[in-house]
Amino acid sequence: MTDVLDAPTGNPFGKRIKRVEDPRFITGEGNYLDDIKLASMAHMAILRSPYAHANIRSIDTSAAKAAPGVLWVGADIPYNPLPMAWPAGGSAGLQNNINTPRVLATDSVKWTGEGVAAIVAETEAQAFDALDLIVVDWEPLPTVVDAEKATQAGAPQLHENAPNNIVFEWSVGDKAGTDSAIDDAEVVVRQRIVNQRLIPNSMETRGDIGWYNPGTDEYTVWMSSQTPHIQRLLLTAFVTGIPEHKVRCISPDVGGAFGSKIFCYADMALTMFTSKALGGVPVKWVEGRRENYQSTIHGRDHITYLEIAGKRDGEVTGLRVKTLANLGGRLSTIGPGIPTTLYARVLSGCYKIPNVYAEVTGVYTNTTFVDAYRGAGRPEATYVIERAMDLFAAEIGMDRAEVRRRNFIAADKFPYENPSGLGTASGGAKIYIDSGNYEPAMDKALATVGYADLAAKKAEAKGRGKLLGLGLSTYIEVCGVAPSKWIGAVGEGWGAAMWESSNIRVHLTGKVVVTMGTQPQGQGHETTYAQVVAQELGVPMEDIVVQHSDTQGTPFGYGSYGSRTSSVGMTAAIKAAGKVREKARKYAAHMLEASPEDIEVEGANYRVKGSPDKVKTIQEIAFALDLAFDTPEGMEPYLDETSYYDTPNCTWPFGTHIAIVEIDEETGHVELVRYVAVDDVGKKINPMIVDGQLHGGIAQGVGQALWEGAVYSDEGQLLTGSMLDYALPRAAWFPNIELDETVTPSPVNPIGVKGVGEAGAIASTAAVANAVIDALSPLGIRHLDMPYSNQTVWRAIQSAKGGQA
Amino acid sequence: MGEHIHLTVNGTERDLDVEPRRLLVQALREDLDLTGTHVGCDTSQCGACTVHVDGRAIKSCTMLAVQADGSAVTTIEGMADGATLHPLQNGFWEKHGLQCGFCTPGMIMVAADLLARNEDPTDDEIRHAIEGNICRCTGYQNIVAAIRHAAATMRDGAAAPVGA
Repeated sequence: MTDVLDAPTGNPFGKRIKRVEDPRFITGEGNYLDDIKLASMAHMAILRSPYAHANIRSIDTSAAKAAPGVLWVGADIPYNPLPMAWPAGGSAGLQNNINTPRVLATDSVKWTGEGVAAIVAETEAQAFDALDLIVVDWEPLPTVVDAEKATQAGAPQLHENAPNNIVFEWSVGDKAGTDSAIDDAEVVVRQRIVNQRLIPNSMETRGDIGWYNPGTDEYTVWMSSQTPHIQRLLLTAFVTGIPEHKVRCISPDVGGAFGSKIFCYADMALTMFTSKALGGVPVKWVEGRRENYQSTIHGRDHITYLEIAGKRDGEVTGLRVKTLANLGGRLSTIGPGIPTTLYARVLSGCYKIPNVYAEVTGVYTNTTFVDAYRGAGRPEATYVIERAMDLFAAEIGMDRAEVRRRNFIAADKFPYENPSGLGTASGGAKIYIDSGNYEPAMDKALATVGYADLAAKKAEAKGRGKLLGLGLSTYIEVCGVAPSKWIGAVGEGWGAAMWESSNIRVHLTGKVVVTMGTQPQGQGHETTYAQVVAQELGVPMEDIVVQHSDTQGTPFGYGSYGSRTSSVGMTAAIKAAGKVREKARKYAAHMLEASPEDIEVEGANYRVKGSPDKVKTIQEIAFALDLAFDTPEGMEPYLDETSYYDTPNCTWPFGTHIAIVEIDEETGHVELVRYVAVDDVGKKINPMIVDGQLHGGIAQGVGQALWEGAVYSDEGQLLTGSMLDYALPRAAWFPNIELDETVTPSPVNPIGVKGVGEAGAIASTAAVANAVIDALSPLGIRHLDMPYSNQTVWRAIQSAKGGQA
Repeated sequence: MGEHIHLTVNGTERDLDVEPRRLLVQALREDLDLTGTHVGCDTSQCGACTVHVDGRAIKSCTMLAVQADGSAVTTIEGMADGATLHPLQNGFWEKHGLQCGFCTPGMIMVAADLLARNEDPTDDEIRHAIEGNICRCTGYQNIVAAIRHAAATMRDGAAAPVGA
């Protein structure tokens, strides 16, 4: 590993460069939502339901209105319900029974934490004090929190338009072919597996400041969001009816998100409404952590029945999956899209399984709504297929790595259409796995951990009273979402597009401003966009500033999630840089009295071929063209170019992660003792940042396997309702993670990148789960649901040994 | 309104009137506009609010402002010496010890407490020392590297200027 660099003056692409955004964060000068203070700003608190399911008979706000400092109290906001933009799609005639939250619930609540009334006061303390004075007459109703129970006869019903609490029943793949592959198979392994509910836990909770300007009849909304452009669109066109051009959305520094800040939330509209109601007082709302646990989205929560079929020689011939996806009490912005498009279409992973069929049922329960959390569907799919491969290998008595090798899509088979409808459901946009070479990554990881010596390692650990286990996860993921005509036009996604945008201006002094529609939450875009543009234009990185996250001054974009910024967003920046270069070339030809075809570009220099002395730099060109005292006929002044880029395909990172755990037989305690990850994310813009993304993603995925899980009581109370109860990964619980790479450039974009934001989280849960089961396998245990707490593992050990459990 | 308290914050004498229930972190953020100290939870678990009171790292969400009366408080804004970054600040920058940056001030403050007691901690000692501070972005590995880097710098008696 080479040392990190301060910004170099040339060719920064691919270098480990220190982040340009860091100085403000390490000195306490970051500007997060709660750090913003506006003159005369008031503070909002939201009264949330203590019941998971109840009718609201009445709400009495009179006492609260008289409380000290209170400026506004209200319920029943006359805005539309929040939008649901991604119904489950693709299957003919599929019905989505849609129910979304209102800005404040009116007739009934469907989960603990749904907002029913709000107070704006001069101080935050006054607003919270007055919440206690609101009297709600509740009629509690029966509850159901488990997706499987919710679909059974006699279950409490949440919504009239969703019989048996079913949001949708969706399927993908070849049912008849898969049924007969399983019927005819030499070996079939069946297992029920649960992918438990998680709470995203960005360290900064969400928050908004709404400000209505009565002088201009315009709104500004600061929001801790991954998607300011999308929120402006959704809040205006769907929720408030305010014209889109009257609203400006700004995301300041965002303290982590992991998917949870993609979505349209009620509080955003509520701060807009109350600011106007108060004649233009800015209204701030900052979510508390316990509030965050109840009212910002959760992730995962699948119950899956898997069947994997194959031959005793190791060939897998069929995979049949039935999944119940718990989507919560009402639907979040893209809730149904996660367990359908982003999950079931990639269930076969990196394997050439000829017959794959999946049924997914989306279910309402009296729980917080569920949507995209880091990986979003793909960790769930990886968990299914990677557990299935281990179960199959164990059943036929073949080595796990060899079973994987036997079934990998071969390196010469790309581009590869998988059997889950990627090639056919795309409305003409051919979705295929772009490139891959899976064996070298696995072999590298196996060699690093000394896989051949596993039996000796287990024996040594056994001597210390420890059960050692090794788990493999040979994952792929879909990044760079996505071609607009796939994700939009045919009901596979947003119902909108998924292109990205960038604008580049080279100002008169040669300084460069890059803006874009993506939105960083810690990924370092101010550094990596500058690296890419510096490389493309030959200007020093320190002469480039990257501006983002404000709908005023940046081109429309869909934001950062789905590991899409490098492959889609930065390609837009490269295209914009290309336009700048072409215009500069034409103007250089004018300045140098040559024809444009005779101008060759090398870095910042525009030179007449064969006349090395006849050269202009891009800074000289910008100076002259921005002044425009002398422009050729038909050329507009200024170097200012925008590109909108719609990717032709997604990108598909892959790799092999290996976890080694040791389990204390006496206590059931699982310790992660080694973690090796060989990832192929294509080319890297800044390998230091890539490593950081992998570290963080791996830690989150390990967290799911070993510690994390949102737990509800049968009455719908969130038992893991604070950081005291929800076990977030801590520093002392990890060994140093060992990273390595293979590099298979993506052919989809000009810089060969695949994306990395979610890879770690997608791969690591399955690796650790497989390691724990491997460790327990000598006891006859073949599956155990996560998280592997001491109690869970101890009970399993006792049960297997025939003791009390 | 409330109680009168006197603090020395980052070397400056400050007099405040606070409600008895006001938390130290609220006094720092709201009354003194030192917003580098963050609030990440409401149960003293995450450590984003860590500052030094009389030289010891404390979670400022778990101390009332009135309890700090008469104390010397150091926040992240008081760590750099003018244009010269504290070695921990530089270490976090050099080693990519932060992503979203929200936990970073608390991490730097708790690490400074560690290095004041142990100038050459092992990785295990570092991981144990920061166990009361949660980071959701980095997986902690580069935070450990950043603290190790700072410890080495401090043992060498060197410091780097801003922009280095």
